Amino acid sequence: MSGLTLSEQIISNNVGRPVRAGELVVVEPDTAMGHDSLTPGIIKTVKEQLGVEKVANRDQIVLVMDHVAPASNVGTAQNQNFIREFAREQDVRLFDVGRGICHQVLVEEKIARPGTIVVGSDSHSTSYGAVGAFGSGMGSTDIALVWATGKTWLRVPETLRIQVSGRFRPGVDAKDLALKLCRDLTIAGATYMAIEYHGMDWLPMNGRQTMSSMAIELGAKAGIFPPDGEVAERFDVPDWLYVDSDAIYAQTLEIDLDELEPQVAIPHSVDDVVDLSDIVGQKIDVVFLGTCTNGRYEDLRDAADILQGKQIHPHLRLLVTPASREELQKAIADDTLNILLSAGATLTTPGCGACMGRHQGTLADNDICLSTGNRNFKGRMGHPTSQIYLSSPSVAAASAITGEITDPRLLTVSL
Amino acid sequence: MSNIWKFGADVDTDQIVPGRYAPYMRPDKDVGDAAFIEARPDFNKQAVPGDLIVATDNFGCGSSREYAPYALRRRQVGAIFANSFARIFYRNAINLGIPVFVDAELVEKLLAGSEATLDLEDGTILIDGNRHALPEVPNFAKEIIDAGGIVPYVREHGRFPNS
Repeated sequence: MSGLTLSEQIISNNVGRPVRAGELVVVEPDTAMGHDSLTPGIIKTVKEQLGVEKVANRDQIVLVMDHVAPASNVGTAQNQNFIREFAREQDVRLFDVGRGICHQVLVEEKIARPGTIVVGSDSHSTSYGAVGAFGSGMGSTDIALVWATGKTWLRVPETLRIQVSGRFRPGVDAKDLALKLCRDLTIAGATYMAIEYHGMDWLPMNGRQTMSSMAIELGAKAGIFPPDGEVAERFDVPDWLYVDSDAIYAQTLEIDLDELEPQVAIPHSVDDVVDLSDIVGQKIDVVFLGTCTNGRYEDLRDAADILQGKQIHPHLRLLVTPASREELQKAIADDTLNILLSAGATLTTPGCGACMGRHQGTLADNDICLSTGNRNFKGRMGHPTSQIYLSSPSVAAASAITGEITDPRLLTVSL
Repeated sequence: MSNIWKFGADVDTDQIVPGRYAPYMRPDKDVGDAAFIEARPDFNKQAVPGDLIVATDNFGCGSSREYAPYALRRRQVGAIFANSFARIFYRNAINLGIPVFVDAELVEKLLAGSEATLDLEDGTILIDGNRHALPEVPNFAKEIIDAGGIVPYVREHGRFPNS
């Protein structure tokens, strides 16, 4: 009998018998996360539609306020109080406004851990794969059913293996690799599959989080790193979770990082990706540095290294939204935040920020934004005529100085 | 007789309901009123109960927001036909009891057609006078859709399908 993929190992452990890709199984997720945008509806489904007054397992549930944080209008304010009341009544964990983006907080709190199943009311729940968890996004009704019954059903996914060789060259990072995968595989290229990332035991956790958060942009159900390197140093890894040399993969894609150029996604699809050199000079109005994909300390530091002693272009806004309070505190502890603010950045509350166009930097008609986020769908950040480009933090920072999409490597040379 | 609303590939959930129109942002409004409000104002203004949505590949990609299919249910969309669906949307639509069909041949006929009549009980669809069989739906999905969604299914059976 051949070995198991990481997804098969994690799901097998949960159900207590070996399972293979293609099987439909009922699992008890270790965690079912809800954020402020959808939790009010989830609570109503649990109570009013399912008729359940007490959740099945309070330890399974985590609530995070990140999508509109703090509240932007009376509607969101009322909804947030409704969530706070539910958290107190059911005695479940709530990370309130300012704590950070759900996907960052659950990793920092070690709620997402190697070998766990974490489902969330958010498509970017694939992020938990960065720490060797099976993380997957679901709709409100599925999350409500977990809260009510403790269980959910899922189909054990086939696995797409990304086999990486080489190392990032200067000016290239995990975001460029994530965008390159979108470019090569397309927005539907991993639908129904789990992705495993191999050959990157050297990649720090923040880079893994960038990659795993964007697994969903390929349609994937999960995006899992083997629990090695920094993850193995920071987390306990169960002995049954390891890379099985004879696991069966549905598909393998090989990528040589030595050949990888900085990548930029252009409006309005995350798989419409070009080499940076093909889009330099594109004028921009806003740079957004943040999100679950690229809002961590290391991302802010990459930007600060480029913005040190510089000013952003006078016609441009630079929005900085740290992924969490802890990440913000790291940026305060050294000179990172001060460099960004001195360059002209606007700092907003840790959370999702402008990513969904709801607050803290909504785009106006015809605004052009260069974002370090993960989605550039039409109208996502505001007016339907606004445009979103996606890049790494380094490219975003260099572009904030010039007001147009700029290669940070050339910027350094010219100064 | 139903209208056919035609779409291409990769219709994302931000197009179906922009995040700015989420029930969270506008708790006193009907999210059905926001269906395709910016991407397809014609659908938003003119779609009537029973209308069909037809798309090519990867319908419903992007955000997991269930209020996107829910908005279509509020508009009483009769069914969604596509060459393929994004995973989370497909699951959400089934959970809400919305009939979803994966059938490239029917999609091609519907995209070329002007009106259609869906007969779920009979398992057929009449497109411009020609009757076609509806494709097989996976058994677990059929059980959920027939029950009117996963919530009524679980309330009735006390378990998930196939468990």
